[in-house]
Amino acid sequence: MIRLADVSKSYGSVRALGPVDLDIPRGGITALVGPNGAGKSTMLTVVGRLLDPDTGQVHVGGLDVVTARSKDLAKVLAVLRQENHFVTRLTVRQLVSFGRFPHSGGRLTAEDHAKVDDALEFLDLAPLAARFLDELSGGQRQRAYVAMVLAQDTDYLLLDEPLNNLDVRHAVSMMKQLRRAADELGRTVVIVIHDVNFAAAYADHVVMMVDGGVHLAGPPSEVITSEVLTEVFRTPVDVLEHHGRPLAVYYR
Amino acid sequence: MAERAGAGLAPAAVKAAPATAGVRTGWRPSRTTVGWVAGGVLVIALVLATVLYDNRLPVGSAGFRTIVTMRLESVATIVVVAFCHGVGTVIFHTATGNRILTPSILGFDALYRLMQTSLVFVLGGTAVAATGGLGAVAVQTVLMVGFATLLYGWLFSGRRADLHVLLLVGVVLGMGFASVSTFMQRMLTPSEFDVLSARLFGNISGSDASYLPWAAAVCVAVGAVLWRRRHVLDVVALGRDVSTNLGLNHRREVLLLLVLVALLVSVSTTMVGPMTFFGFVVATLTYQVAGAATHARLLPLAALVGTCALLGAYFVLRHVFYAAGLVTVIIELVGGLIFLVHLLRKGLR
Repeated sequence: MIRLADVSKSYGSVRALGPVDLDIPRGGITALVGPNGAGKSTMLTVVGRLLDPDTGQVHVGGLDVVTARSKDLAKVLAVLRQENHFVTRLTVRQLVSFGRFPHSGGRLTAEDHAKVDDALEFLDLAPLAARFLDELSGGQRQRAYVAMVLAQDTDYLLLDEPLNNLDVRHAVSMMKQLRRAADELGRTVVIVIHDVNFAAAYADHVVMMVDGGVHLAGPPSEVITSEVLTEVFRTPVDVLEHHGRPLAVYYR
Repeated sequence: MAERAGAGLAPAAVKAAPATAGVRTGWRPSRTTVGWVAGGVLVIALVLATVLYDNRLPVGSAGFRTIVTMRLESVATIVVVAFCHGVGTVIFHTATGNRILTPSILGFDALYRLMQTSLVFVLGGTAVAATGGLGAVAVQTVLMVGFATLLYGWLFSGRRADLHVLLLVGVVLGMGFASVSTFMQRMLTPSEFDVLSARLFGNISGSDASYLPWAAAVCVAVGAVLWRRRHVLDVVALGRDVSTNLGLNHRREVLLLLVLVALLVSVSTTMVGPMTFFGFVVATLTYQVAGAATHARLLPLAALVGTCALLGAYFVLRHVFYAAGLVTVIIELVGGLIFLVHLLRKGLR
């Protein structure tokens, strides 16, 4: 379980987050949604210990992310930011192998190689394993980054907008793969996502954030409603039902 | 174009690697092995050429041996300097997450000059000349490393570490250090200035050989530390966020690397004086040759490339153009041009 208690973060005099008290349950996919500047990414990076909170505590699987050793945390939670740019020229396999660093310290064992192969296989990257990252399309590269954090073999997987720059087909297949990671591998997946309909279709829990705080948290059917969305996004939103899941319509 | 050439080389090198692991049919060395052997042969040839070429005294005579010994000292100096600049720049690039900046461009050299000048200025020329030798050099090195670590550690940690700001701050700091040094030098007496100049304008042939064993020892020690941490370096190169995610204390690793860089730069500067662009040229060449390489390959390759470049330049200038004193000047000229072209073509990435 991920537990945030009284967590806040300010940039200068602007409060970007909090104070937030929130429990994210273990297992399944939790989607953080909300308007721009609501603090979704800030919260994810604080939980992923890439940013220190000004106040409050964050516990992930029993470890305090501020005080626990980074090395121990790397075996419990993996976090991936939106922008990834490396100076080193890497092949897909090299990149994914880095996911094993917390376990192997860079000297890969047979078990590590097997995990890397599994992660490549899981995201359909096996045919691209020898390619360089700069030779891939945006969608393939995004999959390669996800494969790296998957190979890290952590219980918790935090992804900041994994659907960014993906077209419909790749976005759907990414969400299906994350769904499988949650269902088949038992990972707890937390994602920041802009498209509420992807959250409605794939997530088990939805956290609606507004102005740095948690507005509402619960299953999609409770959070993705016409009233909530209309209020939060300050735009008239209809919510229909599609295959038993809510579907927001807000184009006119 | 150069980038594309690197791209062409790299996949072949990577593909060649598994071939050695598989069952061999006959002896077919991988491209990597061939590269290392060729590089080694080139270095040995250059060393032999530099040491033996144009020695007109009869082989085996005392004069012959004197000349060979002096030249061997130059070669050893070159190897140490090449190691310092090549490896120092590569790990500086790794620590700072970019491949444009070098320690010298950010004013490490100017800092060294400022410290030397301040020493003469404050203590006086006679005192400095009297306290010369290893002890003084050691104290200076420690000061330099401490100060550079504080200054650049502060610059590179924290959230304001934007590349453009850094480059600007570094260049301005370097200029500031240089102006303060010049100002103090104006107020020195001619004899004090003479003592100072002898320290500031080193060249390869005029390097003091008594520092060599110590410099070599520092290089070996730094090399050993880096080699043990080569996998960690690969992760540090991925940047702050990814390396934190993989369980590194990124800030601590970067500080450690900056300390080692300061150490290498001060060793090299003590021996042959400042060289601004040499490290950049060596590192850039190394990346081109290495392709998608890990530090296990980059570090030794940087030392090898640096040694080849400096030995080659030294040999050509000394024996073909009879202008050995110009080695550092020529390297800077060529290096500066390459740096400009690189900057204009690829931008600040």
